[in-house]
Amino acid sequence: MVLAGQILGKAAAYNGKNVVQTQSYGAEARGTTAKSEVIISEDKIGFPIVRKCDILIAMSQEALEKNIEDLKEGGTLLIDTSMVKNIPKANAKIYTAPATEIAEKSFGQKIYANMVVLGALNKLTKVVSEEAIEKAIKDIFPEIVALTNLQAYKKGKGTVKLYRKN
Amino acid sequence: MGTLKSGIYFLQGSEACAEAAIMVGCRFFAGYPITPATEIAEHMAKRLPQIGGIAIQMEDEIASIGAVIGASWAGAKGMTATSGPGFSLMQESIGYAFMTETPCVIVDVQRAGPSTGQATKCGQGDVMQSRWGTHGDYSAVVLSPNSVQEMFDLTVRAFNLAEKYRTPVVLLSDEVTAHMRERVVIPPIKKVEIINRKKPKRGDKAFFGLEEVPPMPSVGEGFNVAVTGSTHNEYGIRFTADPLVHRKLVERLNGKIQNHIGEIADVESYKIDDCQIGIVSYGCTSRAIYDVIEAAETKGVKVGYVRLKTLWPFPDEIIKKLAETANKIIVPEMNLRQIFYEVKRAAEGQAQVIPMNKIGGGELITPEELLDKILEEAKKGND
Repeated sequence: MVLAGQILGKAAAYNGKNVVQTQSYGAEARGTTAKSEVIISEDKIGFPIVRKCDILIAMSQEALEKNIEDLKEGGTLLIDTSMVKNIPKANAKIYTAPATEIAEKSFGQKIYANMVVLGALNKLTKVVSEEAIEKAIKDIFPEIVALTNLQAYKKGKGTVKLYRKN
Repeated sequence: MGTLKSGIYFLQGSEACAEAAIMVGCRFFAGYPITPATEIAEHMAKRLPQIGGIAIQMEDEIASIGAVIGASWAGAKGMTATSGPGFSLMQESIGYAFMTETPCVIVDVQRAGPSTGQATKCGQGDVMQSRWGTHGDYSAVVLSPNSVQEMFDLTVRAFNLAEKYRTPVVLLSDEVTAHMRERVVIPPIKKVEIINRKKPKRGDKAFFGLEEVPPMPSVGEGFNVAVTGSTHNEYGIRFTADPLVHRKLVERLNGKIQNHIGEIADVESYKIDDCQIGIVSYGCTSRAIYDVIEAAETKGVKVGYVRLKTLWPFPDEIIKKLAETANKIIVPEMNLRQIFYEVKRAAEGQAQVIPMNKIGGGELITPEELLDKILEEAKKGND
């Protein structure tokens, strides 16, 4: 998830935008909740931490419950339905993509779920250009896995569905 | 691969710091992994071998700073990076570097202490440790970046100040600034100011005096240099009982920093001659300021600020100027009052100085909280 935020940030920088990406995680090596935040702006960015977000992506039930209150009213909520079973009542445009399931079925490993969800996000929001995000994926991953990640990203674009529009 | 090519990048603060070090000529890194400073070590371990440098993981932080001091005497520019617990372990050797006039750079990426505290969470609790952490009469040089761009720019400056004044310099970063990624402009290496230590001429013998900043030989160059943390005269000879030798040495070591506050202490300031409320801030906490100035102004409160890009030596003069204009000065910090007392001292009673503190969980003081505080203090008027 942190890596997906980095790729999105890098792509936004390639598009000439100001961008800040931050992350938070627990003291444990793995298995704890992790959060990646990205602010993209035409203007200079002051405070680097998100207080109210326009878009929230939730890849676990716990993460969703912890962060839903930070989503702006009428904002966009994108949910990985393979990991989140209880979809909350929220004043938001809610979209779904079974990202983890797709990652396992199509690419053999759960770790590609972040690229699937990134594809879903950019399909919905077009927040960065396709050229920029493809370049960012190629720049971040070693050549041997870049292609699979790019495929996962592209697959993600076709999987997103509107769940409920308030 | 050489130094980073000029251009626009999306870098982590730690990467920007490492790349700046490499650009300014650092070819030795020694460190011991610790959250949230490990990324600097990782990046140096990856990059230094590509460019003919050495990166080494030592057995602990005491050994790390020792290796960096040794590398400096071997003629290299050296750096180490750590966080609070490791910074504590390094303190004795930081004093040794000061006493032996060894240029080196120590990066402290602050997390929430004391002790192991909250290892992955941001804090600003090492401000006074960076000033007074080692024993004895000491003048620290400590820089405080607030963006990824400044992780680059101030790392360059840290090395330049270290080399120019022959003294250890601390880059006091924090978890947020070192971990966040931002758009960074990397200048061409030709445009980067690079200062190297003054080297002795043939026949020179005084490497610890006579001049305010004496020339520094490297071991193996034939100068028969003796390096000791005990009190020594201009020629490096120990005098552990003579009051005059001690006085002369330690006063010069402090003087070479204190006599140049004007050059070393760098700030960013805004409307300090036309404000009702002043803010003094530094590091990640200062990022909130940019989002509140306009909002406060639309509510009729004029805000000015001083952002400390150098924490030590402390820039008394500009704080005094701010205090002459502002009625109140708010000092937001992610600790339980550290720079607050310095601001209060420098303000000399000209303005009411008000602390604003928040610790725990890595939560920053938000622009909303800062704005509320500004409006509340403006409304209350002077006590």
